[in-house]
Amino acid sequence: MSGIVLKDLNVWFGNGLARVDAVKNASFSVPLGESFGLVGESGSGKSTILRAITGLAETWSGFIEIDGNSLGRKRDEQFYKTVQMVFQDPYASLHPRHTIDQVLSETLSLHGFSDIEARIEKLLQDVGLGPAFRFRYPHQLSGGQRQRVAIARALAPEPQILLLDEPTSALDVSVQAEILNLLTDLRAKRGLTFLMVSHDLSVVSHMCSRMAVMQNGNIVELLSVEDMRAQKANHAYTQHLLKSSLGYTPSETTSG
Amino acid sequence: MSDSPIASHQNLPGWRAWLLTDTPTSRRHAKMASLYQNWLQFQSNPMAMFGFLILLALVLIAAFAPLISPYDPFVQELGNRLKPPGVEGHILGTDSLGRDVLSRLIYGARITLYIVTLVAIIAPLVGLFVGTVAGFAGGFIDVILMRITDIFLAFPRLVLALAFVAALGAGIENAVLAISLTAWPPYARIARAETLTIRNSDYIHAVRLQGAGAMRIITKHIWPLCISSLIIRVTLDMAGIILAAAGLGFLGLGAQPPSPEWGAMVSDGRKFILDHWWVATIPGIAIFIVSLAFNLLGDGLRDVLDPKESGQ
Amino acid sequence: MTNLLDVEDLWVRFPTRSGMFDAVRGVSFSLGKERLGIVGESGSGKSMTGRAILRLIRRPGQVEATRIALEGRDLMTLSEKEMRAVRGYQISMIMQDPKFSLNPVLKVGDQIMEAYQIHTKGSAKEARQKTLDMLEAVAIRDPERVFDAYPHEMSGGMGQRVMIAMMMIPDPKILIADEPTSALDVSVQTQVLDIMDKLVRDRGMGLIFVSHDLNLVASFCDRVLIMYGGRIVEVCDADKLHDAKHPYTRGLLNSLPRLDEPRPKLDVLTRDPAWRDEPSVSGAL
Repeated sequence: MSGIVLKDLNVWFGNGLARVDAVKNASFSVPLGESFGLVGESGSGKSTILRAITGLAETWSGFIEIDGNSLGRKRDEQFYKTVQMVFQDPYASLHPRHTIDQVLSETLSLHGFSDIEARIEKLLQDVGLGPAFRFRYPHQLSGGQRQRVAIARALAPEPQILLLDEPTSALDVSVQAEILNLLTDLRAKRGLTFLMVSHDLSVVSHMCSRMAVMQNGNIVELLSVEDMRAQKANHAYTQHLLKSSLGYTPSETTSG
Repeated sequence: MSDSPIASHQNLPGWRAWLLTDTPTSRRHAKMASLYQNWLQFQSNPMAMFGFLILLALVLIAAFAPLISPYDPFVQELGNRLKPPGVEGHILGTDSLGRDVLSRLIYGARITLYIVTLVAIIAPLVGLFVGTVAGFAGGFIDVILMRITDIFLAFPRLVLALAFVAALGAGIENAVLAISLTAWPPYARIARAETLTIRNSDYIHAVRLQGAGAMRIITKHIWPLCISSLIIRVTLDMAGIILAAAGLGFLGLGAQPPSPEWGAMVSDGRKFILDHWWVATIPGIAIFIVSLAFNLLGDGLRDVLDPKESGQ
Repeated sequence: MTNLLDVEDLWVRFPTRSGMFDAVRGVSFSLGKERLGIVGESGSGKSMTGRAILRLIRRPGQVEATRIALEGRDLMTLSEKEMRAVRGYQISMIMQDPKFSLNPVLKVGDQIMEAYQIHTKGSAKEARQKTLDMLEAVAIRDPERVFDAYPHEMSGGMGQRVMIAMMMIPDPKILIADEPTSALDVSVQTQVLDIMDKLVRDRGMGLIFVSHDLNLVASFCDRVLIMYGGRIVEVCDADKLHDAKHPYTRGLLNSLPRLDEPRPKLDVLTRDPAWRDEPSVSGAL
């Protein structure tokens, strides 16, 4: 059953001479229930793909299909119930003047749920936050706690697909472990599909089963995590990424 | 941020601990705790507290004017004109018609507050609405709204006030209206600039991804964030507004005699300034003190109200 | 032989609404002509330690130490004027993001020249030549062009190399690098680290490398100090890091996802409050 299908996706900003092609001819598919990674450095276009899927990219061409429905310019209620996103920066993804309770109850009421009280309590429980956190403001929470709230918000409409934009890159290593474990648990419990963007190869290898490696807007290679672990990468850039993520090794000084 | 309540708060009386808790138990609790903590932060700024207390005094004086004022501000005593301060029970002296300056000052506080309140409500609200809609919608709507803003910005206050007076008659309300109509454009610009920044934040993207429409985003998400800058800007504009009203009063377009509006008192006293300095200077000092108080308050508010983000 | 740097019992405190907050609590270590890594999470006090050495912590922060000695000379006794002669000239610091540490309105060449001219007397011509030499030393291929460029015209990696050039041009004895590669892409990191490695080695300098990235520090440095809650909880040689003893270090190592060791769940670090109360381990040589 199809989850996410991308064919020849092009995303660009500006036009004419000022046009910047952020994503060029990207194609891949993520069956429902799978966890798929998009790896690349800054400027590779990986986050832009997520934006295009969620309808936040103005100019794009190609084919995007979610759960069998081809996407156009706008997104509708059905889409928002199926696909949700967790953003990178926990310090920027929660409204500074809204309590956690407000964030969750607004989300729930926007999706038309009526048993909001019960759902809020359950959501907080599912992400490992007790009721003490319910009426706090974001500045009273740590980075990891905020990210849990962001995950709770994304799970509120009971989506099938979660888009994760570098969900742990702004967090400490120990907090990252908690959040990644939480995501793994939630995925197992709810049968979610993940599309995870990261620059960190080890995080993607831990969380995903397959990945696409991106460089300068192009997908240079699609491979499984097993192949990545076995260092069976074909493309030179993938090999380079692999080597760099294994730690620092003194190399020939390259000039730039 | 730790999960346990800060240890030092366990020794406080019940209500303070309730307000300082970092685990509020309801929406109301959260709101009040937040306000209280902002208040505490505000209190730690002595200059801002000074400004606040002066304004509090202004409000109390205006409220209890009939009780505090030694004389009726309108009663003329032509035999007692232009008496210097400290003479015969007139602490601040008398003006050109023998009216007690102190009493006029006290009743004038009411008028000043009236002007300030009306303008402080009308101008920022209009500016907020126009600016946020323009900033959020972008494109054509943005262009139109901003050109309208530019047009109003181009109007000189006095010319507009003259037009109003010609149409509706002189009086303080019309003067206030004229001032508000020329005061709102800067607020629109501030609101628009803030909206343009906020619009690209992840939390706005997140709520859009929940299917929220433009109106909800503007009113519930953007307005709360713009309001702080507007409040700060209003307090800093107060001095100018009071003086603008005074200027209109001077032209006879604002407060009509015998109204004890401070600005009108200053312009009345111009004629006597060399020999009888107190008639113009004392209301001038009052305007100065109130403007200063608003400025200090504005500075203090800015320190408190800037969004508490990325608290590492 | 005197060590390059000796720090004894360093404390850094900040007053807050709820009392004094101790960011660094009794840290002691020495630095020889080696690469010393200081690893910790946010709030561990690692950055504060680096800044305290250079007396970059302003009021209301308070810095106390029994001794901070640069080649035997106690920096705590120096006046601000004398300290200025130390900063940049004897001890330099590189910070995380060149976007924020380079002046955006000055040309890069001018900034580097300024760093040189503050500490050395010489003509502008000399300074310019030295700057160009330094830019070449940090592997910038076209030093003349970069000399006239502005910071925003450069990529992150290049900006960081410019930062290194600026900080190394006065030929300091010690370089403190505070998360120098955290804002850079992984492939650029290697390049920047190579340059730092070469320069430190060639000049016989000491390097203090502050980072949250345990693996990076283990592969780049000679010795590692692990900080938690303002204290040093463990000191070990970099190549023996994976045999570390302290439960916090082990916890950190185990909570990292690893390419070469697949695991269904990562180990979650359970913080023992006792770690905060243990005395700081000395990192003296």
